[in-house]
Amino acid sequence: MIDSEIKKILEALLFVSDKPLMVAQVREVFGPEISSADLERLFAELRADYEQNDRALRIVEVADGFQMVTNPALVDYVAKLNRKVRRIRLTKPSLETLAIIAYRQPLTKVEMEQIRGVDVSGVLDTLLRLSLIKITGRKEVVGRPLLYGTTREFLEHFGLKNMTELPSLEELQGVPSDLKEVAGISATESGAEIAEEAADAEPAPAESPTEQSRA
Amino acid sequence: MSYKISLEIFEGPLDLLLHLVKQNHLEIETIPIASITDQYLRYLEMMEALDLEVAGEFLVVAATLMQIKSRALLPPETLPPADAEEPDPAQELIARLKEYQKFKQAAEQLAGREKERMVQYVRPVAREDVPSETEEFIDASLFDLLTAFSQFMSADMAKAAHEVLQEQFTVEDKVAYLRQIVSEKKRLSFTDLFRRSRSKPEAIATFLALLELIRMKEFGIVQSQLFGDIEIVLREAA
Repeated sequence: MIDSEIKKILEALLFVSDKPLMVAQVREVFGPEISSADLERLFAELRADYEQNDRALRIVEVADGFQMVTNPALVDYVAKLNRKVRRIRLTKPSLETLAIIAYRQPLTKVEMEQIRGVDVSGVLDTLLRLSLIKITGRKEVVGRPLLYGTTREFLEHFGLKNMTELPSLEELQGVPSDLKEVAGISATESGAEIAEEAADAEPAPAESPTEQSRA
Repeated sequence: MSYKISLEIFEGPLDLLLHLVKQNHLEIETIPIASITDQYLRYLEMMEALDLEVAGEFLVVAATLMQIKSRALLPPETLPPADAEEPDPAQELIARLKEYQKFKQAAEQLAGREKERMVQYVRPVAREDVPSETEEFIDASLFDLLTAFSQFMSADMAKAAHEVLQEQFTVEDKVAYLRQIVSEKKRLSFTDLFRRSRSKPEAIATFLALLELIRMKEFGIVQSQLFGDIEIVLREAA
């Protein structure tokens, strides 16, 4: 099969997937004749095609897979139509607890509470219900407390390709707590830097999805 | 019926300390424990005066702060010889704050990623198993609210102090009142809201009603900039 044909199929598969499409799933579609490396390469090409032609859609790498999303520049219009789609934005306590879990996993509830200085029971329930975290086992100490870790949904929620995309805590340390500076420094490769420029140029559209879900 | 508003949904004592550090433009390493302790206790007093339920963790940290402060006030020769076994409580607290701050920054980082991700829409899921629960995003913290409220109480209430008012204000009435005006206006500035209060009891009832509505996830609070004016926004009930 020639590349352009495979790309066309990949595009169709992306269109029908509501979850990030993993190379392993796509291999099941094509069978052994096409290697994972070829698929990765063609996904990357397809992604570049969309970018270069400034299409209405974009292909992003999320949670070890590929996903078709709307072009962020069109968010105002898309959000208006999608008024009923509830988008989850986490509270500060949830984000803090999630950050602790992401960096220190697997860990117990008591260990989280030692860092945050407050009870995290309610927050843990919410994060579990949203499938952003899961129970990964028990710690072999007195009382065998449950251990928690992050999930694929966690990567999806934050648009992360994998866990290594998170900046290291050392990188974050010593950096002024100003969010923009933190984002700028950690933006080693993709995403953050570009998005930050966009946010600087046009702050209004970035705010609108929440506005829409509230209104 | 008396309202007890739990602080659980808000942040803890370390968060309050970091808030004070930031507010005073200080570095964690060089916190003047004495003045920070006084400010910290003023916040606790305020929470208690408002009949907010102060979580035990706040009191534990208050005790540590007072211990550090009292040690610092004593002449060094009267102190028992430094015990190598026992860690310095001040250093211990600073280490905890620094550790906590790292994760706070990591959380901000995640919030930034979340915001970037929010502008990407994916095909809606056809299945019915989408979590219907949604959480709220509190842009301004309880401490920001308390700061704004205390500033207001000292600045504006002094002027109106001579007025004698017989009216009784209940939190229930204020909840109903807030629901009505915020649903009409969609957005309301914190300062404007409290300008409408004519007495201290009325302002306190309004403030408690506001906290209650935030807790019930009917209202959200947003702040356009750090320590800027706070706005109250309506969120749609589920």
